[in-house]
Amino acid sequence: MDNELRKQRKKQATLARRNVYTETPEVVSFFSSMTDAQKEAFFKKEKARAVKKLRARKIKKNVLITIGLIIAGCSAILALVPIFFTFLNSFMCSAEIQDNYGVVFQSLSGHATNGATYMAKTPLLKLVPQKVTIEQYKSLLFMSPTYLFKFWNSIVLVLPIVAGQMVIACLAAYSFARFRRKRREALFFSYIILMLMPFQVTLVPNYIISEKLGILNTIWAIILPGIFSTFAVFLLTKYMRQIPSAYIEAAKLDGATEWQIFTRIAIPLCKSAIFALAILLFIDYWNMVEQPLILLSSQDKQPLSVFLSQINESEIGIAFAASALYMIPPLLIFLRGEEYLVEGISRTGVK
Amino acid sequence: MESKKEISRRDKITPLTVDPAVRARALKNKKKLHVRRKLIEWGLFTGYLTPSLLGVILFFFLPLLMLLKTSFQKSSTNTELVGTLNYERVLTNEAFKDASFNTLTFALLAVPLAVLLALLLAMLLNTGLPGKSAFRSILLNPMMVPVASVVLIWQVFFSYNGVVNGWTASLLGWSKIDWLKSDYAQIVILLMFLWKNLGYNMVLFLAALNNIPTEILESAMMDGAGAFKRFFSIKLYYLSPTIFFVAIMSLVNSFKIFREVYLLTGDYPYDSLYMLQHFMNNAFTKLDYSKLSAGAIIMTVVMGAIVGGLFFAESKLDSNIEE
Repeated sequence: MDNELRKQRKKQATLARRNVYTETPEVVSFFSSMTDAQKEAFFKKEKARAVKKLRARKIKKNVLITIGLIIAGCSAILALVPIFFTFLNSFMCSAEIQDNYGVVFQSLSGHATNGATYMAKTPLLKLVPQKVTIEQYKSLLFMSPTYLFKFWNSIVLVLPIVAGQMVIACLAAYSFARFRRKRREALFFSYIILMLMPFQVTLVPNYIISEKLGILNTIWAIILPGIFSTFAVFLLTKYMRQIPSAYIEAAKLDGATEWQIFTRIAIPLCKSAIFALAILLFIDYWNMVEQPLILLSSQDKQPLSVFLSQINESEIGIAFAASALYMIPPLLIFLRGEEYLVEGISRTGVK
Repeated sequence: MESKKEISRRDKITPLTVDPAVRARALKNKKKLHVRRKLIEWGLFTGYLTPSLLGVILFFFLPLLMLLKTSFQKSSTNTELVGTLNYERVLTNEAFKDASFNTLTFALLAVPLAVLLALLLAMLLNTGLPGKSAFRSILLNPMMVPVASVVLIWQVFFSYNGVVNGWTASLLGWSKIDWLKSDYAQIVILLMFLWKNLGYNMVLFLAALNNIPTEILESAMMDGAGAFKRFFSIKLYYLSPTIFFVAIMSLVNSFKIFREVYLLTGDYPYDSLYMLQHFMNNAFTKLDYSKLSAGAIIMTVVMGAIVGGLFFAESKLDSNIEE
């Protein structure tokens, strides 16, 4: 049976082949009508044309890439200048800074009303110090112990906020991501509006509440509202909603409890987002100025950001070093966690 | 013929008779189980939410309610109700009008610009430039720079005796102006805003651009769609969720720029820089709480309307995409 079938097929194939060969009409092609010399000339011409076209395309691509690189490079330089500017100027001695930028600070908007003069002199933007000294750092760290003290204040304020907000936001975001009902969505929407609210809106009631709780003028007056801020909840929810439901169903089938699903699946999958968010939050709270100014009345509890925003005007001699030192923690965190940051940011916005 | 036969055979099968009482009980049990399961689910996820919700109620919802209350009172200590007098006072206040106008124009200027420029930058980096990841992390850098340094740098550049004035004077021969006290003040702040936020937005767009399925783009190219056609009919479609997200984040950040403005220019800046936050801050220092709360409530409502509109548009577009 098998053999017969094979034979039959073979016959069919040969027949088909024969048909094709016999029935193909003779084609007078473009090439067969040409003589050998003509063919050669034609090929040569075509080849030259193709080469020219390719070259033009390559040049165009190169030009476009250079233009793109120039634009990207310019924006990169613009992005980096302030950082280099601060770090390089922090190595100038205070006399040199006074020389360079003293004029600037005499004409500040705040001072102009107090009879400061507008001078004709213009400062030069100096990136490289004439003489590299660590005078600024020395006077900053040894002469004024307040600086280190405030640095510590900043850390004590920021770390609990970031840690607390992460824990609470993970839980809340998991809830918002898994349990999607109409009322929950409405609540989530109100969370978004709260996230958008400037601090000034809830300024007075916050003040009253922390007074009632007896935490006014302690660090808790800043830490507690910070922990419950809804920014992290919003971002993490956006991220957690992308976890494929198949993962969760598979875990359920394998007998995982809800808590196990949360700790073994949701959290590890969100690792990069959590890192990114921690970095973003750290930077945000590292820079807060308004909250401590209003909620912490005693000077010695205030963080470095407040101190720095006041140092600018009075002592520009050490302002650059102070800024540079202040910039180091976020910058280190950024360099260390850059991969996570980029990945974490990237995935929050994509559906 | 055959089908008829089958049908007749099917008719012959005696239907399974279930005692109605048993059936009702089974159904009830099932329903009970369902309700219980739903309740357990609800309880579980509410449990996850509770810590956050409690804190949010205490530190955000309760303050808003208190604001609502004081906005109808004569002052925070005098609890006499005065109706909508405070709202009238705020809405007819010139400072409030100016402040909300400035805040709105800044947001309307800053948010679209931030979205557009970030998208252009992302597309530029996505065309196969060498060193894409290096540019990406460099452009993210301004986010890390602390406020105090930013303020210091902007002072050096844009004050009356600042560097920019020096350049324009020597190169272009312009006369000096105090940038932050001129009509260009908002542009200077806009520059700062873009400088700070473009990197973040760009990373978001880069990710979204990478997520567009290449098969679709390729098939469109084969069908003869040009670069513009491909962008507007395909890429924009896939980018729309990211555009909404970036717009919301930019809106958040456009409110946050107040910190820098405040540190740069103090309580009473040049007219075009007077923001709603200035208004509230000043009302706070003047202890005019009822004015402050009425203003805050108005701002909350307007913001809710804006975000609601954005979300409505997004959900509309979403359902379009899913179709």
